[in-house]
Amino acid sequence: MAKELIKGNIAVAETALRVGLVSYFGYPITPQTELLEHLSARMPDLGRAFVQAESELGAINMVYGAACTGHRTMTSSSSPGISLMMEGISYISGTELPAVIVNVVRGGPGLGNIAPSQGDYNQMVHGGGHGEYHLLVLAPASVQEAVELTALAFDLAEKYRTIVAIMMDGSLGQMMEPAELPPFVPLREEVPDWAVKAIPGKPRVVLSSINIDPPAQERFNLRNELKWQKIRRDEVRFREYYLEDAEYVVVGYGTVGRIALSAVRTAREKGIKVGLLRPITLKPFPVEAVERLVPQAKAFLVTEANNGMMLDDIRGLVKGLKPVEFYGRMGGVLPYPDEILDAIEALVKGPLTLEGDPRDRWLAVLEQKIGVGV
Amino acid sequence: MQTEIIISGFGGQGTLYAGQLLAYAAMDEGKQVTWIPSYGPEMRGGTANCTVVISDEEIGSPTVLYPKAVLAMNLPSLDKYEPLMATGGILIVNESMVNRVPTRKDIRAIMVPANTIAQELGNERVSNMVMMGALLKALPLLPEGAIERALAAHTAERHKRLMGTNIEALKKGMAYA
Amino acid sequence: MTDSDVKLVYQRPAGFDARTTHYCPGCTHGVAHRLVAEVLEEMGELHNTIGVAPVGCAVFAYNYFSFDFVEAAHGRAPAMATGIKRTLPSKTVFTYQGDGDMASIGMGEIVAAAARGELITAIFINNTNYGMTGGQMAPTTLPGQVTTSSPKGRDVERQGYPIKLAEMLATLDGAAYIARRSLHDARSIRQAKKAIRTAFEAQRQGLGFTMVELLSICPTNWGLNVADSRKWLADHMLPFYPVGDFKVNPAINAAGGN
Ligand SMILES: Cc1ncc(C[n+]2csc(CCOP(=O)(O)OP(=O)(O)O)c2C)c(N)n1
Ligand code: SF4
Repeated sequence: MAKELIKGNIAVAETALRVGLVSYFGYPITPQTELLEHLSARMPDLGRAFVQAESELGAINMVYGAACTGHRTMTSSSSPGISLMMEGISYISGTELPAVIVNVVRGGPGLGNIAPSQGDYNQMVHGGGHGEYHLLVLAPASVQEAVELTALAFDLAEKYRTIVAIMMDGSLGQMMEPAELPPFVPLREEVPDWAVKAIPGKPRVVLSSINIDPPAQERFNLRNELKWQKIRRDEVRFREYYLEDAEYVVVGYGTVGRIALSAVRTAREKGIKVGLLRPITLKPFPVEAVERLVPQAKAFLVTEANNGMMLDDIRGLVKGLKPVEFYGRMGGVLPYPDEILDAIEALVKGPLTLEGDPRDRWLAVLEQKIGVGV
Repeated sequence: MQTEIIISGFGGQGTLYAGQLLAYAAMDEGKQVTWIPSYGPEMRGGTANCTVVISDEEIGSPTVLYPKAVLAMNLPSLDKYEPLMATGGILIVNESMVNRVPTRKDIRAIMVPANTIAQELGNERVSNMVMMGALLKALPLLPEGAIERALAAHTAERHKRLMGTNIEALKKGMAYA
Repeated sequence: MTDSDVKLVYQRPAGFDARTTHYCPGCTHGVAHRLVAEVLEEMGELHNTIGVAPVGCAVFAYNYFSFDFVEAAHGRAPAMATGIKRTLPSKTVFTYQGDGDMASIGMGEIVAAAARGELITAIFINNTNYGMTGGQMAPTTLPGQVTTSSPKGRDVERQGYPIKLAEMLATLDGAAYIARRSLHDARSIRQAKKAIRTAFEAQRQGLGFTMVELLSICPTNWGLNVADSRKWLADHMLPFYPVGDFKVNPAINAAGGN
C-alpha cells in the first residue's frame, strides 16, 4: 500500500478503525482532539459506535462497559483527561479486560499547557490508579511507529486481557510524516468466552472487579503478577542505534528519543563513540537491553521531557556500576538536539562520577540555563 | 544530507499549506520528511509556522534550533528567525511585509516582493508559492518539477482551479533566486 | 470647547484591568466579563469578590478582572467556589463557565451546588460549542448543528438532545434565582446586566444558589462574521433557549433586588 502524509493523531485513529475498532468513547482535549474528530466523521458511516462522552470519566467507563462485551474498544485523551480516567483504568484492570488508551501527553501539572511533554511517564508506567495493576505502555517515536503500535496494542490487549496504553506526546500527535497504514480488515464476529453476550444456551457471565474476600483478591492479584512476568519476558521492544562500539549510551523514548538520535549522529560526526537505546515498550521496560550495555558503557545519559522519571528506572538497572547523568526539559518544553549534544560532550569531557545525585547536577545546569521565575 | 526549513508568517498566509506541499513533494521523491506545525494559543495569536525536515535517512528531531532555510512571510518571522539561522543558510524574505533587510552576512538572503507578485497574478493567496519558488531555486532540495507534480497529485479537486496560478507563482518566485 | 463640555460616556469599569483580551474579535465573552465587572462595581462589591475561572476560552478571565481569582479544573468551578465560600462566607463568590465546562464535564458539580443552595453565583456562557478546543459539539449544540465532532450535524438519535440547563436547575429547591438572557443586541445586553445584578444581590441576601445563562456567539468556530453570528443566535438559539426567569425566590422581589 502507498505511503500517505498523515498526522500522528489521525494515523492512530484511522489505524484503529482499520484493525477493527468497534467502539470509541472520548472527550475533546488538545493536543489529541483530531483523533476524536476523525472518528466522529468516520464511525457513524461504518455503523460503529462513536460517543463524545460528557467527560473523560464518562468515556473510560463507557470503555469499561464496551470492553465487557469482548469487542475492540478505545479511548484517547491528553494528560488532564487521563488523570480523570485513573479510576476506570483501575477497575478495568481489576476486571481483566482488554482496552486501548491513547495519551497524547501535554505539559503539566494541572491545566499546564498543550505543548508536548513526557510528564506522565510515572502515571502511565508506575501506576496512577489505585491498587496493584500493570498497563502495557507503548511509546512511538514516529507516525509510522504509532501506526504499527496501534495495531499491536489491540492484539496485545486481547492476548493478555489488559489495558494497553499508547503514550505519545503533543508533537507526535500534530506532526505529519509519510506512513503506510494497514489494510482494512472486516470486523470479527466471534467474541471470547469471558465476555458478556446474553446468548441463550451459553454459560452465564458475570464481570466485576470486586473480591470482597481478601484471599480471593490476593489469588487474583497473584495470577495477574504471573501473567505480568510472561509479558515482561515476551513483549519487550526497543531500538538500538550505533551501540555496537558505543562508550557512551544515551537512553530516550518517544519524540525525545528521536531528538536524541540527531544529537547522537552529530556527536558521531565529531568522533564521539556514542549510541542510543530507544525503549519502545516503556512497560515492560527493556531491562536486559540496559543491563547488557553496562559493561561496555563509560557512562549513561538519560534524556526525557520531564524531571527524570525514567532516570530512576535506569539508575535502578545500572546499580551504581557506571555513572548515569540526566538531561531533561519540563512543563511542555522539548530539548533541542543541541542541548542533548552538549550533555553528551559534557560526559566525554568529564570528570565522570559515581558520587552524588545526577538530578542535582542537572538542576544546577537547568537553573543556569533558564533561571527560576517568580 | 538533511535540510530543515521553517516557514513562518501570519495565519492566513498559507504557511502551513506551503510546508505540507513541500513535504508531499519530498515524500513523492522518496525522501524522508517530517512536517510539524506550531499549535495552540500561539496560533490564535495570529502567527502560524511549521518546520519541514527533509532527509535521506531516518529523521531524528522534527524541530531544530538553527534551521538551514527560512521563509519569513512577515516581519515578526524575520526578526525571530534571522538570528537563529545556521551559517550558510538561505533566508527568503517577503519584501512586501517587512520594512528592513536582513543584516547577517553569513547567510544568503533573498528579498521577494511576494504579495505584489501574487496581486499581479490576480490572487494574493499565492504569495506563499512565490516564496516557495525562490526557495526551491536557491536550494536544490528536490529535482526540477517535483513541487509542480506534488501540486497536481495532492490538490483537492475543488481547489484545482487555482493550480495554474500556483504554478505561475512558483515560476515568478524562482526568478528572484 | 471647555472641559465641562466633555462628557464621559464610556470608560473601562473599575473591575477591569487595562489589558487587551485574548478573545476573538466580536466574541461575547468580553461583553459578559464587562457586565459582571460593572455590576460588582455598582454594588460596591469589587473588593469583596472572588471569581472562579473555568477551563474554556475564559480560562484567562483572571487576567482581565481586577480582583482575586482562582482557576478550576475543567467543570469543577462550582466545587472550588463552594470551598472558598464555605471558608470565607462573607465574600461574594462566582463562577464563570462555558457550556462544555458547566453542562458536560461539570454537570455533577453544578447540580450538586444548586441543590445544596450554595451561596454562589454561576455565570453560564452558552455558545453551543466548545470554543477553546476548536468547535466540538457541546451539550447545548442545537439539533442539526454542524460542529467538528458532529460533522454531519447533531443527530439527536445518536448524539442526544441539547440540555436546557436553566430550566433544569430551576427545578432544584436550593436555587434562589435562575435566569436566561441573551447577548446578541444592546437591549438584551441591558437585560442581561439586570439579571446578573439580581443574582449577585440574591447571593448577598443569602437566599440560595443563583445562575444566569447568557446566550453567546462564537464567530470563530461558527464560521460566521459577528453580525451574522448575532443574527444566527437570534434566529436559531432564541427559539430553542427562551430568555426569562425560571426561578425567582419571592424574597428577591420583596427586597427590591431588581
Ligand atoms: C479534564 C479535561 N478535559 C478536557 C479538557 C480540554 N478542554 C479545554 S476547554 C474545553 C471546552 C471548553 O468549552 P466551553 O466550556 O463550552 O467554553 P468555551 O471555550 O466555548 O468558552 C475542553 C474540552 C481539559 N482542559 N481538561
Ligand atoms: S473561540 Fe469562540 S468563544 Fe472562544 S474567544 Fe473565539 S469566538 Fe469567543
